[in-house]
Amino acid sequence: MSRTAELRSWLITDTPASRAQARWGRMYLSWLAFRRNPLAFGGLIVALAFAVIAVIAPWLATHDPAAQNLAGRLAAPNAANWLGTDELGRDIYSRLLYGTRITLGMVVMVVVLVAPVGLIVGATAGYLGGWPDRILMRITDIFMAFPRLILALAFVAALKPGLTNAVIAIALTAWPPYARLARAETITIRNTDFVAAARIQGASTPRILVRQIMPLCLSSLIVRVTLDMSSIILTAAGLGFLGLGAQPPSPEWGSMIATGRRFILEQWWVATMPGLAIFIASLGFNLLGDGLRDVLDPKQR
Amino acid sequence: MADAPLLSVRNLRVRFATRVGTVEAVRGIDFDVGRERLGIVGESGSGKSVTGRAILRLVPPPGEVVADRMDFAGIDLRNADDAAMRLIRGRRISMVMQDPKFSLNPVMTVGRQIAEAYRVHHRVGGGEARRRALEMLADVRIRDPERVYDLYPHEVSGGMGQRVMIAMMLIPEPDLLIADEPTSALDVTVQMQVLAILDDLVAKRGMGLIFISHDLNLVASFCDRVLVMYGGRIMETLRAGELQQARHPYTRGLLQALPTIGSAGRDLPVLTRDPAWLTEATPGGLMR
Amino acid sequence: MIKVDNLNVAFGDVRAVKSASFTVKDRETYGLVGESGSGKSTVLRALSGLNRQWTGTIAIDGRPIGPVRDKAFYRQVQMVFQDPFGSLHPRHTVDQILSEPIAIHRMDDAEARIRRALDDVGLGPRFRFRYPHQLSGGQRQRVAIARAIILEPSVLLLDEPTSALDVSIQAEVLNLLARLRAERHLTMILVSHNLAVVAHLCDRLAVMNAGAIVEEMTVDDLRRGEPAQAYSKQLLRASLGYDRKMADSLITFE
Repeated sequence: MSRTAELRSWLITDTPASRAQARWGRMYLSWLAFRRNPLAFGGLIVALAFAVIAVIAPWLATHDPAAQNLAGRLAAPNAANWLGTDELGRDIYSRLLYGTRITLGMVVMVVVLVAPVGLIVGATAGYLGGWPDRILMRITDIFMAFPRLILALAFVAALKPGLTNAVIAIALTAWPPYARLARAETITIRNTDFVAAARIQGASTPRILVRQIMPLCLSSLIVRVTLDMSSIILTAAGLGFLGLGAQPPSPEWGSMIATGRRFILEQWWVATMPGLAIFIASLGFNLLGDGLRDVLDPKQR
Repeated sequence: MADAPLLSVRNLRVRFATRVGTVEAVRGIDFDVGRERLGIVGESGSGKSVTGRAILRLVPPPGEVVADRMDFAGIDLRNADDAAMRLIRGRRISMVMQDPKFSLNPVMTVGRQIAEAYRVHHRVGGGEARRRALEMLADVRIRDPERVYDLYPHEVSGGMGQRVMIAMMLIPEPDLLIADEPTSALDVTVQMQVLAILDDLVAKRGMGLIFISHDLNLVASFCDRVLVMYGGRIMETLRAGELQQARHPYTRGLLQALPTIGSAGRDLPVLTRDPAWLTEATPGGLMR
Repeated sequence: MIKVDNLNVAFGDVRAVKSASFTVKDRETYGLVGESGSGKSTVLRALSGLNRQWTGTIAIDGRPIGPVRDKAFYRQVQMVFQDPFGSLHPRHTVDQILSEPIAIHRMDDAEARIRRALDDVGLGPRFRFRYPHQLSGGQRQRVAIARAIILEPSVLLLDEPTSALDVSIQAEVLNLLARLRAERHLTMILVSHNLAVVAHLCDRLAVMNAGAIVEEMTVDDLRRGEPAQAYSKQLLRASLGYDRKMADSLITFE
């Protein structure tokens, strides 16, 4: 038997011999299901590609993203500047590559801040019910009542424009849907027999939340997060466009569009190239999210 | 052997193609149904429910149904097109499932659903359909048909929901009713009442009934004949009264595994399955 | 061992259990039989501490217990549920499921305990790292029983433990329960709608209807076929199989 066939049978066995094997086998089956969906697979490739680009941007870039060359400003795409140059003669291709770092960095920061908060608030509210539920959900409602971009605007305006504040602003408005989702999932789980069984074993409430309930909320949360990433990217770009996110000269996609809009008719590439980057990134995450939903969320099947 | 059977099935096979290979849920069974109560008994995975669905061509994809013969009152069910099947389903052959909650439309009153079921197959006005629906509700022994007519499915109890389901399935006056575990979710006393209704309808209308269940004793006490299925095959066909004289080791094993009021204090004999049961020649379901 | 006195449970205006009283002796198996809505499961949930809205007295080993239970209580009393598909966490392996009670009660030697529990319920080590979806209904119920006995309780509460199983699997699980009872000197309360199952496993039983205990009897009484109350008689006759005449004579008891 070849090595791969051996590995495969080790993964799909019905009688795993260790915890690790059981876990890997489970992941392998999810991977098989995921791979059968070509669009989702495409989304994964796009997402991975962006992550790789973000890491190795310095090696892919042909120019220093901040280096100005006023003589060659607003050059159309050519052999030296593959995607043309902007109004200060900076290479758009290199700036887009470095912009990946900013955008993905913001997305990751927002998700790291938002998902755990939403999960904890939602699962706690859903499991306890009664007044803790009412209080937590009303707080959630208050945050949900603010339009995302407006609250982010107000927040950034009140403090000072910048990447960190943009992240905090987006996070503030992004967590309530996760709390809602986690709560809805928890309510369907909390009356199941396996939760009752955990109570009868004497498990404490935090233990039930962490061991029994949260793992089951996680998959729909992951799906939602992935689908949300595109909207985080768009919000980040929107803030950048309005001059409230990353500050010049950092090559943020939204602010690149903002500067390019002055030349949109004559030098279309200045605004279009970052626009395309935003489009491809958000489409990729959306497809990935759809695919993950098919794999992870049994209710959709 | 007096009259020609209502439904005649030969070498019925149902296959499901899955990722790990083809699974045969039903592996070549023969049976006839006349104007009688035929019971199909088996454990989960025996193919009993799939058999019921295959008759109405309601096996979900990727299921594939093949048979040498599947004749219903002169119609070849194997080649009937979708339009012909629609005429047969409901009008000539009806099906009652285990849980009425999933089969009833939650936003329509039960009475209107029964009336609609009647109007699908009969060109009558609303008043006439309502009258027939009320009659039918009374036939399945619902005490206050006028009141129940205007209830929504969530407002009726399990037993009443099952009666409503039966009323709905019987109002087009089918020739054959396939009942798949129609009483398994009900309390024993309610179960008895629902069975009595089915019993009377078979007797009164000369309807054929295929009663699919996991409960060997219940089927034997209710039906005229019993097919015992295992692994997609018929192990044995019995006259209902002769259950205790069952010869096949599977049937005997099932009977012995049943706890009874007299079995306290000793271990129940555990059924050992013989792989040969899946290959050996079986008598089929043709004894009448 | 277990004494229940004047137990009442109400959900809003509905009185689910109406002053139920019964006593279960040490190492006895006691059955609660009834149709849906009879309150039999509600009694069990009050006993197990899953339902805290009850009044009356529940005493175990002579000590009255309140609605909120401590860890020591769960070392003594465990429960097996009806639905083997719903009572195991879908994302946990058998190993994780059995490790959990050991971790909660900080017991030593988890490894040996898990292996022994799996052996005791007739599963053996090759099932240890499977997920519930890789098990049949009967195997799942065995895991649920292993989870209950791993804490070495003296009382086992059984809520319709075999009603979701095929007849042949039911026999295996009933035999398993009888063997564990003998080996571990368990006191058991079995709730079921199936008179035959209760009669098979129990020493004494109570018939419940509409929240109240109609009648208490020994299995010998039941075997002789003559319960005293009309409701129990009807239940017994209906469970013997279909009979057209009997179906007509059925009456609704309130």
